[in-house]
Amino acid sequence: MSILRQIQRGVSALLFPARADADVDSELTHFAEQRAREIACTGTPYDEAVRQARLEMGNVTVAREAVRASGWEHGLDLLLGDVRYAMRRLRREPGFTVVAALTLALGIGAATAIFSAVNPILFRALPYPGADRIVTISERTTSGSALDPAYGTYEELLSRARTLEAISVTDGWAPSLTGTNEPERLDGRRVSASFFRTIGVLPAVGRSFDASEDVPGAAKVAIVSDRLLQRRFGGDAAIVGRTVSLDGEPYLVVGVMPTGFVDVTAPSVDVWSPLRAQPRADPNSREWGHHYRIVARLAPGTDVRGAARELATIAANPVAEFPRVPWASLQQGVLVRGLQDDITASARPALLAIVAAAAVLLLMACVNVTNLLLARSGRRRSEFGVRAALGAGGGRLVRQLLTESVLLALLGGVLAFVIANAGVGALIALAPPGLPRVDAIRVDATAFAFALAVTTVVGVVVGLLPAFAASRADVRADMQTGSRTVARRSAARGVLVVTEVALALVLLVGAGLLLRSLDRLFAVSPGIQPAHVLTMQVVNPDRAASPEASDRARQLFFERVVDAARTVPGVTEAALTSQLPLSGDLDAYGYAIESRPDQKPGENGAALRYAVTPGYFRSMGIQLVRGRLLDATDRAEAAPSFVISETLARVLDGDPLGQHLRFGPDVDGSRPWGTVVGVVRDVKQSSLADQDIPAFYVPMAQWRWVDPMQSLVVRTDGDAAALTTAVKRAVWGVDRNKPITRVATMEELMARTAAQRRFASVIYETFAIAALLLAAVGLYGVISGRVAERTREIGIRTALGATRGEIVSGVLRNGLALTAAGVIIGAASAVATTRLLETLLYGITRADPVTYASVIALLAGVAALACWAPARRAAGIDPVITLRAE
Amino acid sequence: MTIKWTVAVPEQNTDVIPGTLDMLILKTLSLAPLHGFGIGRRVEQISRGVFRVNPGSLLVALQRLERSGWLDAEWRDTENGRRARFYSLTRAGRRQLDAETADWERRVAAIGRVLRAEA
Repeated sequence: MSILRQIQRGVSALLFPARADADVDSELTHFAEQRAREIACTGTPYDEAVRQARLEMGNVTVAREAVRASGWEHGLDLLLGDVRYAMRRLRREPGFTVVAALTLALGIGAATAIFSAVNPILFRALPYPGADRIVTISERTTSGSALDPAYGTYEELLSRARTLEAISVTDGWAPSLTGTNEPERLDGRRVSASFFRTIGVLPAVGRSFDASEDVPGAAKVAIVSDRLLQRRFGGDAAIVGRTVSLDGEPYLVVGVMPTGFVDVTAPSVDVWSPLRAQPRADPNSREWGHHYRIVARLAPGTDVRGAARELATIAANPVAEFPRVPWASLQQGVLVRGLQDDITASARPALLAIVAAAAVLLLMACVNVTNLLLARSGRRRSEFGVRAALGAGGGRLVRQLLTESVLLALLGGVLAFVIANAGVGALIALAPPGLPRVDAIRVDATAFAFALAVTTVVGVVVGLLPAFAASRADVRADMQTGSRTVARRSAARGVLVVTEVALALVLLVGAGLLLRSLDRLFAVSPGIQPAHVLTMQVVNPDRAASPEASDRARQLFFERVVDAARTVPGVTEAALTSQLPLSGDLDAYGYAIESRPDQKPGENGAALRYAVTPGYFRSMGIQLVRGRLLDATDRAEAAPSFVISETLARVLDGDPLGQHLRFGPDVDGSRPWGTVVGVVRDVKQSSLADQDIPAFYVPMAQWRWVDPMQSLVVRTDGDAAALTTAVKRAVWGVDRNKPITRVATMEELMARTAAQRRFASVIYETFAIAALLLAAVGLYGVISGRVAERTREIGIRTALGATRGEIVSGVLRNGLALTAAGVIIGAASAVATTRLLETLLYGITRADPVTYASVIALLAGVAALACWAPARRAAGIDPVITLRAE
Repeated sequence: MTIKWTVAVPEQNTDVIPGTLDMLILKTLSLAPLHGFGIGRRVEQISRGVFRVNPGSLLVALQRLERSGWLDAEWRDTENGRRARFYSLTRAGRRQLDAETADWERRVAAIGRVLRAEA
């Protein structure tokens, strides 16, 4: 009842202020009349009585104000008034408003966008129950890095480890889905039956795998992703219980994973099937290769370190029950890492570097806003002096300024939201391939609120300075134009500008280092001639009655594919290779050298294997150094021949040509030695930034098996990408049921290997340009302010005979002195902070003098430009007008 | 040489004790509905001139009490034909008066006890 009454009275007072005032007035009038009547009763004449009554009552306006101020609506009324006034002020200073709002928007927007992108990748828990207890286990190499473990290692840990509640192992799989529309190569994963239990997510429809389905020879079953269900099977969950054709064989679908489920270790995977690995396999089998991934869940009461300690003990103490092979002896121990750490390890340096850049930009935004507000408070001191003199209380002035600051922050916040949204979109579009958890990136409300709060608090605190000054200071002194506090404020602004210049330099150095690294990287010779080369992966998964028959059929198919590709107009050469440089393929084998019989196989490290058709070197443009290339004479029945890379040639003693080697499964001596017939230039396999590693080329026909998945490499006489359709059609002309995937030109693949550096570089460049602009605005503001304050002094100097040149150089010197101070501090901080970028640099150190020299020159140039306009204005000061104005 | 016209006794404080104005108004209106001037006059008379109410504070208090739902207000003609705003106590106002009176008496009694205490 009374609340309703409060609201109703308040609203009516707000809507009809005149009526409310009139009510109060007539009550007061009634008072006065009554009192006058009383006085008149004592015999005083009525006019005199009215006068006395008025006197007794005091100031009617004050009484009216008191009544008006007692309701809640009065506060709202004042607030609306403040808002109206603040909007008028901001409109009257469009330059200040636009620059301040844009600065805020830039800082908040960039910080929000970057944090939104990085948070789910590095910090937010993975979408599995108890995700922090899931770990990956890999073998440790001599250099301390991680190596994919072998199946045998998994078997041993499964039986011996006590600190793991569940342990699972998975292996790559790329089945071809046929029997429906177009043949498609799927991304799949072969997993142990324990996999889904280990990560804690079970199929939404159907069931998980049973242990009985994970043994050699078991019936083939599969679980599909919801994504694949929607895309290929019309979203009908009735697929469970039916069979699909994978690699030409029927698989019974037993489950569908929940919508949105992603295997974070392999985000593109759409189908899972049991591993069906051979227990206690012999050393030459696939099970002892380094191509598995072990995912485990920690037992209750243990942490990553506890598990690592136990597994280290197991690694150091082999038991007879689990014989190990020399290349998976666990001599260097095992690596146990949290799942999240593991999948983000490669992206972490670049992401932390861009987070740091965003933080610097946010800091610069704060400094710049502080600077702008300080300058403005100087301009407004007389205004506040006047208002204080007219009776405005300190609280009233503070409220007014608070309203202005909050309004400005809101304006900046709205713009920032737009920038953050666009920024997140741009980041996702720019993201280097393989960046984990890209699907989880959204604009982060917490980050936005945080950045907005930081800048607002800074704005509000700084914005309040003139109000405090006005409520304290001697009003008269402020209303006069000459004020001594100007010098103090100017010094404070000088410090802020030096800070801005220093921060801008840090970002510029970062951007410069990354740009120079990219330059250096692309100057590296990849060992191939990437122009005009088109590549695509061709898959022949078919199996015949025996492995030999399968190989013969594949060999025939792939030879026909090469012949078909050669007939396409515009193609000058075509060939196949088992692994393609710069594509992500990595296939290496241990080797033995005949002249070093005492050396154990694998002791030399591994060499990259390229099983190729003879035209490969010409197709890829790999240069011969010595001897001969592989040619049509190197058939299956001919003497085994190898071509080796320069790095491998250096490993051999003496003339490499004619030396005898064995590779991979042949090291055990069941096959004759092969002869080195040629040496070619090194080719970068995984990245341009890599060290060269040994490599050997073997004729496809002479290798132990024919790889079911091969890359077709086509050299063209024009635009390589333009021939895509024609080449695909030629391949499908051989067999229209064989999937073609991973179509890319070699130039695209080269660009992709630098994608992470390019990502960081683009962000740094963007931020550095923004920082440069902010610093220029800050410098311009301070120098203009100083020129304005010194108008009189400059006028006197001019009158005393100073030339225009002297005035201009004086102002420029002033600005450049601030810049120089900023540059020195900035360079020192850049030397310290660019450590974050170290892993992204290539070919230069982080103290690269060329980078420092060029960004300092750039900064100095921009600073000179920013000071030029105020300097010109100073030179144009007319002494007569200035002196008369005082 | 100046002549002192005023009597040399300290001037009596006629301010209402802070926090009691609401109670005085409610009590006054519990006898009969009145307009603002009448309330002030009645407080002055009953207190025998000890308290004098300033019109400004009275109107502020009346507005507050009315909004709290303890008073109703209505424009009416007075006996001498003028329009005035008449205030009357609501049921909630009466409860409020009882509560405030009880509280006041409790506190006055306590103050009395403190003042009468022997050293």
